[in-house]
Amino acid sequence: MLEVKHVAKAFGGDAVLRDVSLTVQQGQVVAIIGRSGSGKSTLLRCMNHLETVDAGEILIDGLPMVASGINGKPVYAPKTELRKLCLKMGFVFQNYNLFPHMTVMRNLCQAQEHVLGRTKPQAATRAKELLAKVGLADKAGQYPCQLSGGQQQRVAIARALALDPEILCFDEPTSALDPQLTQEVLNVIRDLAKEKRTMIVVTHEMRFAREVADYVIFMQDGVIRAEGTPDDVMGEHRTEELSAFMGLLGDE
Amino acid sequence: MQYFDNLERLFKLLNQLSEGMLTSLSIFFCTLLFSLPLGLVVALGRMSKRKWVSAPVSFFILIMRGTPLMLQLFAVYFFLPRLVGPIPRLQSTLIAFSFNYAAYFAEIYRGGIMSIDRGQYEAAQVLGYTRGQTFMQIILPQTLKRVLLPVSNEVITLVKDTSLATAIAVSELFLVAKNATSSSGSVEPLFIAGLFYLAMNTLVTIFFNWLTHKFDYYRN
Repeated sequence: MLEVKHVAKAFGGDAVLRDVSLTVQQGQVVAIIGRSGSGKSTLLRCMNHLETVDAGEILIDGLPMVASGINGKPVYAPKTELRKLCLKMGFVFQNYNLFPHMTVMRNLCQAQEHVLGRTKPQAATRAKELLAKVGLADKAGQYPCQLSGGQQQRVAIARALALDPEILCFDEPTSALDPQLTQEVLNVIRDLAKEKRTMIVVTHEMRFAREVADYVIFMQDGVIRAEGTPDDVMGEHRTEELSAFMGLLGDE
Repeated sequence: MQYFDNLERLFKLLNQLSEGMLTSLSIFFCTLLFSLPLGLVVALGRMSKRKWVSAPVSFFILIMRGTPLMLQLFAVYFFLPRLVGPIPRLQSTLIAFSFNYAAYFAEIYRGGIMSIDRGQYEAAQVLGYTRGQTFMQIILPQTLKRVLLPVSNEVITLVKDTSLATAIAVSELFLVAKNATSSSGSVEPLFIAGLFYLAMNTLVTIFFNWLTHKFDYYRN
């Protein structure tokens, strides 16, 4: 379980997150939607310690990754614990960020061996299992540059899963892909949702968010403007703001 | 045509030049042996967030790149012994060359390291890699590929720069050729020495082409 409490973050003088709080329960699929610059990616990055917060708390399984110290300054967990906590989170980037100098197999095995201390055969078994799951069992020996964007993103998902994170985060996983490749990737995420895997997905795919998410968060100007079940947030009784946003995307 | 008319003289000269060449080669290989790794240390120092590390390292690089290598050679040969006792000519050469080339390699490495996408660091971080692991397993291997071309440039320059050791009378290829020229009054030895350098750099070029090909297994 992940708890975010009163998180604030500014870049330079610009407040990107203002007092954002949310809770992600085990088995839940949370979609975070909103315009570019609404703070949704920054929020996700804060949860994974890719950005540091200016204020607020983040707890993973009740353990503080960052807590509020005296005079409200955020205090991060010590290095070793912080790494351990962050390993409970998996992260899939918009532009995949696979390691180009490693084969697909190495991309999946390297961290298992060097971070989790799994043996080579253990890591390889897990990697093969995951490649089969994302439909790329035949690509194990290829290099990322030999794969399509959709395939690369599926490898990136498998790479994140290889470390058995409790919560898997996606930062606009299909924004760099054409519609067909987008479907490939969304299908993989759909399958993961069916397995009741805990996931947080920052996305522009409204229909997908509505279909897959248990809980939708709509952000604007660094605050959560609407949240609830997809039907509550995106259904008939949605706010005008959200209607405008969805209209912009040409959905419905 | 003092040499090409007289085969015996020519062979004697080639023999002398080859001996000089061996000295040049030892300067070349020892300098690479020291400066290639030292350059990495200097590069990391230059990129350190601690000002008391990066500032002196920047100054070191400025001096090494900003003054003539020959002058640095003199400095090591004539002034360093006052501090640490006598240093033979060849060793003086190696010290000056290694530090000088380390400075150039450092800047090449730094450029390579900085050209690696931020996303690679972030991916490594979310996968739980430590900073050391990230550097050794993710950043450095990709940097090697990117610095190959500028490094090959420096290595080719180094082959020719070994001739600067002439200035402190190390009997390497160029000094041997120059002496032969002085004693015979013919410039032929110098041009033959030129062919020796050219031959060496042909090999260096072939080697780097092969290495580049080796790194072709992935594209960025």
